[in-house]
Amino acid sequence: MKVSRNFIISMFLLFPAAVLLIAFTFYPTVATLIDSFFSTPRGRRPAAFVGLGNFERMAADPVFHRAFFNNLIYAAVTIPVSMGLALAMALLVNSRIKGRGFVRLAYFTPTILPMIAVANIWMFFYAPDYGLIDQFLGLFGLGGTNWLGQSGTALWALIAITIWKLAGFFMIFYLAALQQIPPSLLEAATLEGANYLQRLRRVVLPLLMPTTLFILINAVIEAFRLVDHVIALTRGGPNNSTQLLLHYIYQVAFNFWDTAYAAALSVVLLSILALIALIQFGFLDKRIHYR
Amino acid sequence: MTMTFLKRALLGSASLSMLALSPAIAQTNITFFYPVQVGGPLTDVIDGYVAEFQAQNPDIAVEAIFSGNYTETTTRALTAARSGNPPTVAVLLATDIYTLIDEDVVQPIDTFVTSDDDQEWLDGFMPAYLASAQVDGHLWAVPFQRSTAVMYYNKEAFAAAGLDPEQPPRTWDEMVEFGKALTVSDSSGNVTQWGLGIPSSMNAVHWLFGALVAQNGGMLSSEDGTHTFFDSPEVIEALQFFVDLSTEHGIHPPGILEWGTTPSDFMQGRLAMAWHTTGNLSNIRNNAPFDFGVAPYPGNPEPASVLGGGNLYIFSGASEEQQAAAFEFVKFMTSAELLADWGVQTGYVAPRDDSWETETLRNFVQEVPQAQVARMQIADSVPEISTFEAARINQVLNTGIQAAVIGEQTPEAAMQAAQAEADRILAIYRD
Amino acid sequence: MSANRPSNATQISVTLFAWCLALLWVLPLLFAIWTAIHPPVYVGSFDLFAPLTLENFVRVWNAAPFDRYFLNTFILVTFVVISQFVICTLAAYAFAVFPFRGSQWLFMVVLVQLMVMPEVLLVRNYATISKMGLIDTIPAIALPYLASAFGIFLFRQAFKSVPKELDEAARMEGAGPLKVLWRVYVPLSRSTYLAYGLVMVAYHWNNFLWPLVVTNSATTRPITVGLQVFSTVEQGIDWPTVTAATLLSVAPLLVAFLIFQRQFVQSFMRSGIR
Repeated sequence: MKVSRNFIISMFLLFPAAVLLIAFTFYPTVATLIDSFFSTPRGRRPAAFVGLGNFERMAADPVFHRAFFNNLIYAAVTIPVSMGLALAMALLVNSRIKGRGFVRLAYFTPTILPMIAVANIWMFFYAPDYGLIDQFLGLFGLGGTNWLGQSGTALWALIAITIWKLAGFFMIFYLAALQQIPPSLLEAATLEGANYLQRLRRVVLPLLMPTTLFILINAVIEAFRLVDHVIALTRGGPNNSTQLLLHYIYQVAFNFWDTAYAAALSVVLLSILALIALIQFGFLDKRIHYR
Repeated sequence: MTMTFLKRALLGSASLSMLALSPAIAQTNITFFYPVQVGGPLTDVIDGYVAEFQAQNPDIAVEAIFSGNYTETTTRALTAARSGNPPTVAVLLATDIYTLIDEDVVQPIDTFVTSDDDQEWLDGFMPAYLASAQVDGHLWAVPFQRSTAVMYYNKEAFAAAGLDPEQPPRTWDEMVEFGKALTVSDSSGNVTQWGLGIPSSMNAVHWLFGALVAQNGGMLSSEDGTHTFFDSPEVIEALQFFVDLSTEHGIHPPGILEWGTTPSDFMQGRLAMAWHTTGNLSNIRNNAPFDFGVAPYPGNPEPASVLGGGNLYIFSGASEEQQAAAFEFVKFMTSAELLADWGVQTGYVAPRDDSWETETLRNFVQEVPQAQVARMQIADSVPEISTFEAARINQVLNTGIQAAVIGEQTPEAAMQAAQAEADRILAIYRD
Repeated sequence: MSANRPSNATQISVTLFAWCLALLWVLPLLFAIWTAIHPPVYVGSFDLFAPLTLENFVRVWNAAPFDRYFLNTFILVTFVVISQFVICTLAAYAFAVFPFRGSQWLFMVVLVQLMVMPEVLLVRNYATISKMGLIDTIPAIALPYLASAFGIFLFRQAFKSVPKELDEAARMEGAGPLKVLWRVYVPLSRSTYLAYGLVMVAYHWNNFLWPLVVTNSATTRPITVGLQVFSTVEQGIDWPTVTAATLLSVAPLLVAFLIFQRQFVQSFMRSGIR
């Protein structure tokens, strides 16, 4: 029977992936879910079942609210801006400009500079008065801005770093896709009298759709994962204005040692992400047509 | 300890005689986690100490593991302990003590102290540094890399402002008065040199704020680690003073001052007086392009500073042989000579009086008289805030201080909120 | 984009914009180079005549085994990417070509992993690795990442777009499932492999938190963790040291990219990522 043959072959093919997924994803996920219903065990006090206690605490936790809200802003800004810039960069590098090789390399450099290392460089840029940004603004009589040290600008300063880090990376994918667009399509559009923007909108962007979705998945993941610079620069401060969800989980788990509460927070983050994943993939599976 | 000594002697001679017969020497393996918190890679120095120890104790093999900064080292040690594979010895923050006791992962040091020699070794530590390691009638750790907060000041800026470079401020009022003289603006009104800088970033502010509170005659936490006094008048007043430095007196840069950039701020001439750790002395000495002084902290009225840094802990998950070997290692690492050398290499304050009598440190003090200030100040210093759930309580305190510093809350409201949150967290530790 | 050449003014302003953006993007690297070749006293003062020095590099090079860190990262990234290719290819092949009852459901279960970041499961995974006795080994850094839902999803998409006729033709010639996979599906999905490979190389080149937790010694530590030694901020940031260390550790990749960038970009483009 065909079905059972497929089943047997699949079992062999899926075996390595299944073992790894169970050991490093599903078992720890389920364990985390279970942990979230218990209190944190301490050496002197074993874990006790607390039901939804951790989640009730979360509902009343202002830091969690702040982290949640901040992460929404962080995602809502970094995802579209880094993708838009990536597209713009790819279009620039794909056109006939002087020094294309250097420009392309320049856009790509953030990808090979580990975040943990560049965080310190950015700290210098943001330093008040003698930092690079303030020295530059000082030329126009502005300056003295404490970019990382006040709640109005700190989150945006981190967002700028994230965009810097991601845009050049995403550019590579757009660039590769742009080169695949048959010149005949563009020539045809030109003959019909379409100007640059019209060609972009009617021909280029639709053809970039699969690439856009591929990048979107990565951008969403990074928007919730990339907190290295929070750890290195602000640790969530000032007054929690740069607190992000994964950073808060990291703090609760590895600074406060409240693993149960961290588990509850993780459950919330995982639910959000799983939901986004299912929506995206349900959508993607129908929309992307690979040749 | 005679037992251990005998055992060791036996083991030692046995292994020596067996050396020719068998390649397998009975060795005790211990692991040692340590952070390097002051700049410059000091892993080579530690490796040198370990090699020396192993040469003296061939039956003990020490695996020294550099493990990032303090937070990362604590993270790693606790993660390892929870998965049943703890380090044998680790250098962790003195303030981690309640967390480690709460997790039940450390062995009190005094349970190893049996001989007179051991007792003599223990008595050699400065009492101020031992105090914070004593809980429930036990000594849980011994001081290793300890520091204290001091004030660095720019002597040239003092002279330029018409102040005596040899007379740093002794009271809050003097500090504000000097600060006003030292704050310089350019023609368009932008401040080019601030009088004073006290770092207020997340990783440091509870420490320096502890000094402000002590100067104002208050304290942040109770000795048993179960209560905090954030909403006491002394604490709120100290925070008000901190906020006023910028808003009222205009001598302190507005917003959060980053701990990591403060030394640069000072060396760039952006700050005329800066509060930081003694661990920074060699950095500033090497790189400041001007003559600088190190001053003890001022008072309101009584001067006070705050102690910081890391202690050596022995973990309870290891076998008895390992723990005994670990104790030998701890004694070696805290000998007068070694602590003196470590102090010179790093800038940490040697926590033993006899270390300061060694030739190493004497020569150093002669060469760098500023190093002496830290030692003189220890008598006036208070321990860093230390409670159960220390990291979380610090976070609550720091968030409150920052809320006031950036003007989102009044000092009173911020500290009352912080106290309420701390009470909620510590409730289960109060019997 | 050929034809309908834009006006000169537009051309110039576009070029100018591209260059400004490029300058902005490369600024951190320029700053790193500038700071690393000057004595610490000159941090922040951009004096053209400041004395040059290589002392920062010498100090950093002597302080840490960068060659070893780089080798570790290289081994790690190679191991991860090759293992992912094999494991994810097999799984994707099963989902794309050998559907069975419940395989659609199983696929959705696998997809959940996409967003379950190993970072969130740190404590649990550490315990697992510890039980396996793998702490402080390079496989320990790699294991949680080897079965990637992202890879399985991408490869499945690629395999699904392979024309059925090619598959059937290969089978008619008597090729077994694995041979068909190797001869037909993999070659036709080259572009997906390249795109996915690039994402993963970048991811693991930059990865920090998990390697930090599971490695203990210089013989396993990747570059990111090795770099952390130089960025502890307790004493204040020593920018010349940090930047020199950063440059030393990214230098091999940077040089490789400079030399091979034309080939790299061209082959990437020729393969045609969709």
